[in-house]
Amino acid sequence: MASDAPTVKDKAAIAGLGETKYYKRGGAPVSEFRLACEAIIKAAEDAGIDVADIDGLASYADDRNEPIRMASALGLKELHLSNIFWSGGGGGVAGAIGNAAAAIAAGYARYVCVYRSLAQGQFYRFGAAPAPRTVTGGAMYTLPYGMGTAAQMIALRTRRFMHQYNVRQDTMAAVAMASYYHAQFNPRAVMYGRPLTREQYDNSRWIVEPFHLYDCCMENDGAAAVIMTSAERARDLKQRPAYLMASAQGSGFRQGAGVHNSPDYGTSNFKTLAPRLFEMAGIGPADVDVAQCYENFTGAVVMALVEHGFCAPEEVNDFCRFENLTWPDGKLPINTSGGNLAECYVHGMELVLEAARQVRGTSTCQVRDCEISLVVAGPAVPLVSDLILHR
Amino acid sequence: MASEAVKSRYYLPAGMPMPDPARSAPYHHGFWEAARRHELVVQRCRSCATFQFGPEEICYRCRGFDLHWERVEPAGTIFSWERIWHPSFPALKEACPYLVVLVELPQAGGVRMLGNLIGDPRRDPQIEAPVEAVFEDHDEGFTLVQWRAAS
Repeated sequence: MASDAPTVKDKAAIAGLGETKYYKRGGAPVSEFRLACEAIIKAAEDAGIDVADIDGLASYADDRNEPIRMASALGLKELHLSNIFWSGGGGGVAGAIGNAAAAIAAGYARYVCVYRSLAQGQFYRFGAAPAPRTVTGGAMYTLPYGMGTAAQMIALRTRRFMHQYNVRQDTMAAVAMASYYHAQFNPRAVMYGRPLTREQYDNSRWIVEPFHLYDCCMENDGAAAVIMTSAERARDLKQRPAYLMASAQGSGFRQGAGVHNSPDYGTSNFKTLAPRLFEMAGIGPADVDVAQCYENFTGAVVMALVEHGFCAPEEVNDFCRFENLTWPDGKLPINTSGGNLAECYVHGMELVLEAARQVRGTSTCQVRDCEISLVVAGPAVPLVSDLILHR
Repeated sequence: MASEAVKSRYYLPAGMPMPDPARSAPYHHGFWEAARRHELVVQRCRSCATFQFGPEEICYRCRGFDLHWERVEPAGTIFSWERIWHPSFPALKEACPYLVVLVELPQAGGVRMLGNLIGDPRRDPQIEAPVEAVFEDHDEGFTLVQWRAAS
């Protein structure tokens, strides 16, 4: 990318944040659609705009609440953008924000709401593999062997990475402990009031080695949304804007190759994205004050921290220590709201809200003088994305 | 019980999802026909000789469509592994823990295949250890390629 190439840097900002109450899986007393409506309405209120003035809707991961239904139900005056990041998972959340920023910079829409709503009670569970009697295509080479859930897929990549760099279980435990620790300050968090000790971690059952129960994200009901608009308009709204400094999305060479055949395997799939992200932002990893790193599974977080340049792979056991990953004194506090492990699994959307709060100065684990806030979405899935916000 | 007998013949119990190559795209068929004959095959491009797996309709290297199935030595090395404790299918409730291995085939361009590692599931497999294919014939008319430590 040439340095004079136009980018979305500083063209757009997150101006409003909205989320529903967060529930355990199956705990939402209302439908997934209503959760989406509530989050969008709250985000508009927070930004100080009329819901009817939202003219763009965007999401990711095949959200079931299609923009045209949302726009009609919410009485939006006009819809100028109906956009989805085309992928199956949480790897799309930062990319959905990036796409919305690009649409705003291009003049397609003025106020884009990016939202995600999940009621895993109303619909199916993410953590359970489909159990059909027969399978066709690529699934023939995996499901008959009892292999198919996200945990099972990412455990295999993590094991390879652990083998290559002698990564210890302690390193993954530190990631889980950090999320749970931060959730104890956050009354929104599903695990608020339920701290995790190292003993509990060690004694928790294996889901799939090397992942204990606490290495795996929760399954929840809840919705979260942000209002995005141009940097200029955001300055005139109610809240301190969280400016989009950079975004990157995509995948490395053949990361989607079938039956675990991506040439680079023990990876979170950020090796090609992170350099582009930092180049657009004009900063390096040392400038990042706080990171929200999507915890599908702790092993993927560990790989992602390495691939964003926070430490060399050989140093990862030393870098990923609880003291280093936690607020207020850690070198890189991560997942300061509790994240997917302990706040609520809203497919990572809650991490975007937390990244914006850190820039606003309103986190329950507020990093001092926070200027630059990173979101890493969906590490170790075939299609991933990144986002940097700044004050 | 019938299921007890089945359990002893297959690595995983009855009730697992079964491959249905006949209802899959034609470029999958060769693999399953070969497995039934107890042969291991890998998709290969006739134009540029690249091996690829999982099967695709096009060669990723030269974008040729003329792909065939080439018989290869049914052996490889363990590239990664995992021990699964949480049953993701009802059929697996009594089968945990079980081992899944990702096997690299150096003789076929380093492609990888997944399977179960036959043997004591509580013993840790070693990455780089040699394994050989075991052809697990199922009464329903398909054969799974499984793996065991090379003798």
